[in-house]
Amino acid sequence: MLFHLQDWILWQCDVLILVLVIASAIISLCLKDLVSSAIVFGAYSFLMCLMWTEMLAVDVAFTEAAVGAGVSTVLFLGTALHIKRRSKD
Amino acid sequence: MKAIALIVTLLLGGLLIAATADLPDWGDPNSPASVHVSQYYIENSLEQTSVPNFVTSVLADYRGYDTMFETTVIFCAGLTVFAILRRAHRRRQKAVNPRPEREDKDLILQSAARMIVPMMQLFALYVVAHGHHSPGGGFQGGVILGAGFILLAVAYDLKTVLARLREKTVLRLSAVGVLIYSGIGFVCLLLGSNFLNYSAWARIMPFGPIEARSHGMLGVEVGVAITVLCIMFSLYVDLASGGEMDEGL
Repeated sequence: MLFHLQDWILWQCDVLILVLVIASAIISLCLKDLVSSAIVFGAYSFLMCLMWTEMLAVDVAFTEAAVGAGVSTVLFLGTALHIKRRSKD
Repeated sequence: MKAIALIVTLLLGGLLIAATADLPDWGDPNSPASVHVSQYYIENSLEQTSVPNFVTSVLADYRGYDTMFETTVIFCAGLTVFAILRRAHRRRQKAVNPRPEREDKDLILQSAARMIVPMMQLFALYVVAHGHHSPGGGFQGGVILGAGFILLAVAYDLKTVLARLREKTVLRLSAVGVLIYSGIGFVCLLLGSNFLNYSAWARIMPFGPIEARSHGMLGVEVGVAITVLCIMFSLYVDLASGGEMDEGL
């Protein structure tokens, strides 16, 4: 069963996800509040997971969804609660 | 200082973006990654290991050493966080951010968690056991299992979960996972074959050498899953409670 990737992956989809990935990365860096920053970083991980799925790297996407979007967001939140919540710069 | 950091970041980023032009195109069949060993794996992994998902067969069999030491790295990272953060007595004042008082019962959160967690655990077991045929495997399944316990700890509190899965048990089990992986490899050595060459198991088990590789992979995936489950939970417990094991997030 051979199929061409270009037939079913819309390039518009690709561009949309890429723009959202870059936007969420920049937003999570710019936010002063560490908790919000962690949440946006989770969104970034989820978008990266969509990106991997779209490139048919399903195993990587699975790991990204479980570790990046799931557990590490919770770990960031747990850490952010124990340090000064607002970053200085 | 900030301006210098910005310039360095921009320069480095520009350099990296310029370097991507030299990378092979996405999905290019003639790229070095596709013409070297991956062709061999794609053509032979089903015959040699009877595992249809060759990502799993590469991770757990052809590159078994890598995965074993990855598991060891996760184990060591978990132990390091434990060693740095865990403290038996309260030696400093309360966390920097005063937390709002918790309601005794967060009904919606707890009911939702009670319904979701069994599904998560069942799905995680499926992911571990079905890694041979579909995406997934020990690592992902272990993370989902750990996330189930973390969800319980977030929805209820840390004490409830630690009453079911005690800290000592978590640490012991995380070592047991690494031990299962290396033990399966070591038995191969005892049976007169190479370390982690699972086909040696066919000598003491009632199946052929090719099935033995498949079952050996399942065994090591279970080991990876146990270690990852325990380390993820231990990381959460140490980070969220500041090592005091009294309350979660």
